[in-house]
Amino acid sequence: MTPWLIALRAILHREALRFTGQRGRFVAALVRPLVWLVVFAAGFRAALGLSITPPYQTYITYETYILPGLLGMICLFNGMQSSLSLVYDREMGSMRLLLTAPLPRWWLLLCKLLAGTLVSVLQCLVFLGIAAVWGVRFPVMGVLAVLPALLLTGLMLGALGLMLSSIIRQLENFAGVMNFVIFPMFFLSSALYPLWKMREGSPVLATLCGLNPFTHAVELIRFSLHLQPALPALGWVLLATLAFGAAALRGYDPARGMQGKTLKGG
Amino acid sequence: MTKHVNGIEITGLSYSYGAKRALDDLHLQVAPGQFCALLGPNGAGKSTLFALLTRLFVAPQGRILLAGQDLARSPRAALARLGVVFQQPTLDLDLTVRRNLMYFAALHGLAGRAAEARVAAALDRLGMAERAREPVRALNGGHRRRMEIARALLHDPAVLLLDEPTVGLDAAARVAITDHVHDLAAQGLTVLWATHLTDEIRDTDRVAVLHRGRLRADTTAAALRGGESLQSAFLSLTEGAA
Repeated sequence: MTPWLIALRAILHREALRFTGQRGRFVAALVRPLVWLVVFAAGFRAALGLSITPPYQTYITYETYILPGLLGMICLFNGMQSSLSLVYDREMGSMRLLLTAPLPRWWLLLCKLLAGTLVSVLQCLVFLGIAAVWGVRFPVMGVLAVLPALLLTGLMLGALGLMLSSIIRQLENFAGVMNFVIFPMFFLSSALYPLWKMREGSPVLATLCGLNPFTHAVELIRFSLHLQPALPALGWVLLATLAFGAAALRGYDPARGMQGKTLKGG
Repeated sequence: MTKHVNGIEITGLSYSYGAKRALDDLHLQVAPGQFCALLGPNGAGKSTLFALLTRLFVAPQGRILLAGQDLARSPRAALARLGVVFQQPTLDLDLTVRRNLMYFAALHGLAGRAAEARVAAALDRLGMAERAREPVRALNGGHRRRMEIARALLHDPAVLLLDEPTVGLDAAARVAITDHVHDLAAQGLTVLWATHLTDEIRDTDRVAVLHRGRLRADTTAAALRGGESLQSAFLSLTEGAA
């Protein structure tokens, strides 16, 4: 095995160990989408009439509709949280150590993004299990088919988080990211309502939703979960992942998180 | 070609945070097997220098050679010869002692039996073999620091950098760690030890005094202090010097 792969395996392993050792974090991450699935969906179901649109071939419950969006939400929160920690606070010490490894910086950052994505995918799988118990229906093989979509979505959002926290000084804390990134991305997407429904309300907002990469990630998850191809969405997500990744790599500067913190000492 | 093929060679190094000059045309050479104390008050530029030496920051001006490898031109080759103990702890407290060491070994391309053997040897040297499966959180500060030093040596580096490694430790642990690193230098390791505590420095040690980004003195501790204490000599060099 090459040193690159040895490092990748170790970083993924470490993240998995940390994840399994922090059950509180795991449960907390599932509470948010569960509230949406159980409470919000129950209240919203009556207000929103859904027609039959691909990939669905029959009328579906609202819970079925929002499930891909909630999987996207898990990736969105996780991606932002773990990327922010690569620049500020929580992971700073271990990032300093990581960056002194004799490997290219882009590879080390990719390994960290993959490790964060691995955690998101595990959470999504557990959430899919809970949703199935709750009565949401999807093909069993869809669980396998959705894995690459979740992986790509996790990478795209992790890269976006890294890019934003690298270049925007104000995004030092999670509250800022919630208000300026997570909420706009989530609500301006097809996670909670189909785009045609949004277009009825506001064509401008529907256009913004169409430009939002998170919309395409949700559609990629939706189509994959229902074993349907979604090449345009896949193309969008791939392009966005490459663009965000390149910008993140260019903008990533460990000095950002350290200035005024660790360098006070000397 | 440099004569200090296993040491540290810093030439014309400068670094600024915006308008604030943190390092100003720094020149420093540390020979193989030498223990060099980088002495400076808070804000002298020690941590900036360490960030540059570990390539966390990239220097716009100047040149750094680590064990004969140019950090700007061959960063991976240079970092492969470098061991680092950072000022802030970088151990994962929730993982076991062994897992922490294996993780670091993997970052340096060591896996399987080679990594197992090096980690086992490191734990033996530390006298911590029986604590290998304990989480790091269970160790006291002194043990954690010794473990970080052992970790920094797992890949057999030629140069060891330590950034105020005794911060937060009690007197006994400080002495033990200072002695340990002096022993490592005696065995041939090049050591750069940043500190603001003069009692960690021996008369025979090389001392580089850094203040406001500039080198104020570069000699042995004995020569620097002359007839007075090292503390007094240090203070007279750094007080009022602008």
